[in-house]
Amino acid sequence: MISLEAVTKRFGKQNVFSDIDLQLERGEIIVIIGPSGTGKSTLLRCINFLERPESGRITVGDLRVDAQHATRADILKLRRRTAFVFQNYGLFANKTALQNISEGMIVVDKMPKEKAHARAREILKRIGLADKSDAYPAALSGGQQQRIGIGRAMAANADVILFDEPTSSLDPQWVEEVLNLMKQLAAEQQTMIIVTHEMQFARDVADRVVFMDEGQIIEQAPPDELFTAPKDPRTQRFLRKILAPTGQTVP
Amino acid sequence: MLNLEYMWDLLPVLLSYLPLTLEMATIAMLFALVLACLLAVIRVSRVPLLNGLSLLFISFFRGTPLLVQLFLFYYGLPQLVEALVSINGVTAAVLGLTLHFSAYMAESIRAAIVGIDRSQTEAALSIGMTQSQLMRRIILPQATRVATPTLMNYFIDMIKATSLAFTLGVTELMGATQKEASSSFLYLEAFLLVAIIYWVVVELLSWGQRRLEVYLNKAYQR
Ligand SMILES: Nc1ncnc2c1ncn2[C@@H]1O[C@H](COP(=O)(O)OP(=O)(O)OP(=O)(O)O)[C@@H](O)[C@H]1O
Ligand SMILES: [Mg+2]
Repeated sequence: MISLEAVTKRFGKQNVFSDIDLQLERGEIIVIIGPSGTGKSTLLRCINFLERPESGRITVGDLRVDAQHATRADILKLRRRTAFVFQNYGLFANKTALQNISEGMIVVDKMPKEKAHARAREILKRIGLADKSDAYPAALSGGQQQRIGIGRAMAANADVILFDEPTSSLDPQWVEEVLNLMKQLAAEQQTMIIVTHEMQFARDVADRVVFMDEGQIIEQAPPDELFTAPKDPRTQRFLRKILAPTGQTVP
Repeated sequence: MLNLEYMWDLLPVLLSYLPLTLEMATIAMLFALVLACLLAVIRVSRVPLLNGLSLLFISFFRGTPLLVQLFLFYYGLPQLVEALVSINGVTAAVLGLTLHFSAYMAESIRAAIVGIDRSQTEAALSIGMTQSQLMRRIILPQATRVATPTLMNYFIDMIKATSLAFTLGVTELMGATQKEASSSFLYLEAFLLVAIIYWVVVELLSWGQRRLEVYLNKAYQR
């Protein structure tokens, strides 16, 4: 229901990845892991056209966009079907929590303001921030800001939510509440692609873990399999490095 | 020494020209704001061709004296464009002030826009907003807030700069003073009085500016 076919991205002369393929079903949760600079963020950003791929096709439901021929209208449609959660939240500083969530519904979906605000209030309740509806981002903790960021993504009613290291900027005390909200979404069968270094979280919620290295998908498997019996030596090396400090062992 | 009685009698006369001065400054300020936002957005978004023209525009209006620009519009342009022969001094002055100050203001607004962190732009685009929705709803409201103290300074400068309109034959505050002084020969009294009037107006505005700044610093913090 979501698929990337032969997606290629270059920055100038540098080839970040070429001919990447990836499929996922509705309700599926994929976690992407891999070393720094491998192209994980760039891949997510290509799905939402924050970066324009040089070539390849991206399909979300019945919307199929060919990177080489994508029009502005295609891109806007694709963006509305793929919501993004950023490492640095990216909340609108001049908008309250409620407005941050309702903005897209009002401006992009052209929903009447009252209806959008009512939906935003519902979402605030679901993310546990009903009492912060009129607060501006500057008055909120990192964890609260990121939950609003997730609320804004929920409001898009997108087919898939893309998370780029959603907890990496957070002070440790706020990580848990954000991961819990994501687990709640997982329980509701929200389709998600998540780039994260939280391996325990990946084990808990992922249907499939994708290991990327140097612009390639090296290996993908359910977490039980990938974490306990990685096949490729590069996956083994990466997991050994990242899991060793936590005391977990990798065969 | 000073003829205080003359000054006291002159005060209401001069004050009756203050509205015209404030009017010219206010109208020029409003036009300049719109133009400056436009120029700033063009510069930030690097709109092809228009970006080059904006750069040229900004460079010219910052690089030449305001008085020269005013003379160019009032005395020079009509020679080129027949329709402008009937341009009056007030219009020429407002036009000159608008263009001159928009060039400066464009740069402060541009700096304010560039100062807004990139993540908000990406977030707005990621939810499907267009470039112009992003500008109108997210970037410009924040940028104008950041730039407001600077823009207020330009408004104050603008009020003082309206005095140059008298060189185009406009009887505004300065023009009126000039006339009064040359008929009474009491130059010191007349120019001292007009200086005080400008000074008080500017002080009042500076006070307002400080209040506004305190308010703006608190904005978006709740
Ligand atoms: N805007 C850009 N311009 C030029 N090069 C870029 C740009 N964005 C990313 N890159 C390069 O593309 C490559 C992939 O970067 P990317 O951010 O996708 O990696 P990543 O896997 O997300 O890494 P990390 O785990 O550190 O976030 C890197 O070599 C990076 O330097
Ligand atoms: Mg990254």
